[in-house]
Amino acid sequence: MLERQRTEAPVLTSAGAGVAARRQGLGAGLVRFARAKPLGAIGGAITVLLILMALVANVISPYNPRESLGPENVHLPPSLTYPMGTDHAGRDVLSRVIHGARISLYVGFGSVIVGISVGFVLAIAFTYAGGHVDLLFQRLVDSLMALPGLIIALAIVAVLGASLTNVIIAIIIGMLAPVVRTIRSQVLTTKELDYVLAARAIGASPLRLVFGHIAPNCLAIALVVGTYYLGLAITIEASLSFLGVGVSPDVPSWGGMLKRAAEEHAKTAPWVAMFPGLAIFVVVFGFNLLGDALRDVWDPKLRGR
Amino acid sequence: MGAYAVRRIGLFIPTILLTTLIVFVLFFMVPGDAALFILTGEEGAGAVTEEDLAKLRHELGLDKPVHVQYGTWLWDILRGDLGTSIWYRTPVTKEIRDKFAVTLQLAVMGILMAFVIAVPLGMLSAVRQDTWPDYVSRILSLIGIALPTFWLAILIIYFLAYTFNWLPPLGYATLWEDPVLNLTQLAFPALAIAFHDLAFTARVTRSSMLEVLREDYVRTARSKGLSELTVIGRHALKNAIMPVLTISGYQFARLLGGTIIIETIFVIPGLGQFLIESIQHRDFIVIQAVVLLAAAVVLTLNLVIDLIYGVLDPRIRYQ
Repeated sequence: MLERQRTEAPVLTSAGAGVAARRQGLGAGLVRFARAKPLGAIGGAITVLLILMALVANVISPYNPRESLGPENVHLPPSLTYPMGTDHAGRDVLSRVIHGARISLYVGFGSVIVGISVGFVLAIAFTYAGGHVDLLFQRLVDSLMALPGLIIALAIVAVLGASLTNVIIAIIIGMLAPVVRTIRSQVLTTKELDYVLAARAIGASPLRLVFGHIAPNCLAIALVVGTYYLGLAITIEASLSFLGVGVSPDVPSWGGMLKRAAEEHAKTAPWVAMFPGLAIFVVVFGFNLLGDALRDVWDPKLRGR
Repeated sequence: MGAYAVRRIGLFIPTILLTTLIVFVLFFMVPGDAALFILTGEEGAGAVTEEDLAKLRHELGLDKPVHVQYGTWLWDILRGDLGTSIWYRTPVTKEIRDKFAVTLQLAVMGILMAFVIAVPLGMLSAVRQDTWPDYVSRILSLIGIALPTFWLAILIIYFLAYTFNWLPPLGYATLWEDPVLNLTQLAFPALAIAFHDLAFTARVTRSSMLEVLREDYVRTARSKGLSELTVIGRHALKNAIMPVLTISGYQFARLLGGTIIIETIFVIPGLGQFLIESIQHRDFIVIQAVVLLAAAVVLTLNLVIDLIYGVLDPRIRYQ
């Protein structure tokens, strides 16, 4: 217990880990985070590795992910030459998994950055406005909440047509309502805090109240929610591609690779389904670990839940 | 209680109306309309004359103003008519009824399995906090939440095929026709669905139980010399289970999403498979109906949970 207090105290007193980290240098801050939250550090490491893998995909993948290595190389089991084997078209699975990281990250960060920003602005604007406008907006959020994430994503892709951009749009629309609701609850608590009242009492303008005092206090929760949604967005993209309504089958996406594998080659070539699935699992696992740790550090109220 | 019920139902009606509006607007944005899809077929290759199109549009009421179309559509739904499928040319309500029963059975089996395993696991985790059973169950939860359901389903199929050289029988029998066949078909898909939900429920049970164990009445129960089993079973569990039940109810919505994928993998003729087929056929009448049905199920379930909660926990009513 004593140790716990010692590791967490500086974070609590400095109104956010970021400030403390900047004061002592980024490295020291990271080391302290890793000591206090080893699981979170593992999650962070997975995230960094994934980003690196996506950035240098062309350099590190041994073969062209879209090019067949010839009919004699179809469904080869994992070996030294092809560490993850080859698929039904004779393509190297490892290269496709490496390139799949690009699709996953593009969809993940694309939808989360837009979704969280829009949700953040909407939540703060409507909650601060209050009154009838806010009431109506809340009913809209309730209605959107009623639509299960994957079902609304499927419906939107069905309406707009299957493409990478439309998948991202579908994920954004699906995540908006829950994001708004989470941030809204934080705005409502923040609005009543003493320092906001104090700022209002000394005559701060509404804009200053919102941007100077309320918004920064809700930023942490937005980032935590965003981290979780990275994992969720990647899962939804994989699900859509797996169901055949996401990105085109030629594009090396983890979900798309699983689709073909699950349909035809369960018995003959299990490796084709093993590795893309494992990739999704590890990445989502990493984002969730990171999200848990960030939440513990930034939002003491939620600790232990 | 009466006032609370009225207030809660008063909240339900505008929400569900707004949901129908959202669904209507979403599908109104589809390029082309039902008349065009019916005449052109799936590929859109058929030669369509403007005359035929106008005639069919008039028959379907598509030439009327938008708000009239919405009104007619809503009125039809209230009477239980979800329209006619573009692809199958049959009433959607009839098609959906049987398929919904299949999906519902799968979802209920999944949530029951999850509950039966997750609640004891979460309790054990809370009672033995920071010991190895706690760590094992927490790591299991983390894994379960991150594991994509469809990959788990594929792994289950591989495992069954390789170890027992057995696969769940294809085709489908209803529970009433052949209960044994029905349950062998659905047991493994339900397990795949349960695993994700299990992880989540175990986590919620753990934290809810941890909170209750710190309460005064638990300390009182212990200090008056009750056995640990009685304290946990009679005093703690009763209070800790409420949030778990609520969250399980809300989880049902996500479960419906999960069943879609599982149905396509295990070839179960439920709502999910129907939805995917309809998307491939661009049968928007069916897609619209399924989306609306899912939303209605979720909203109704939430309403029922809140009302039950109101009966069980008097504090809720006076907020």
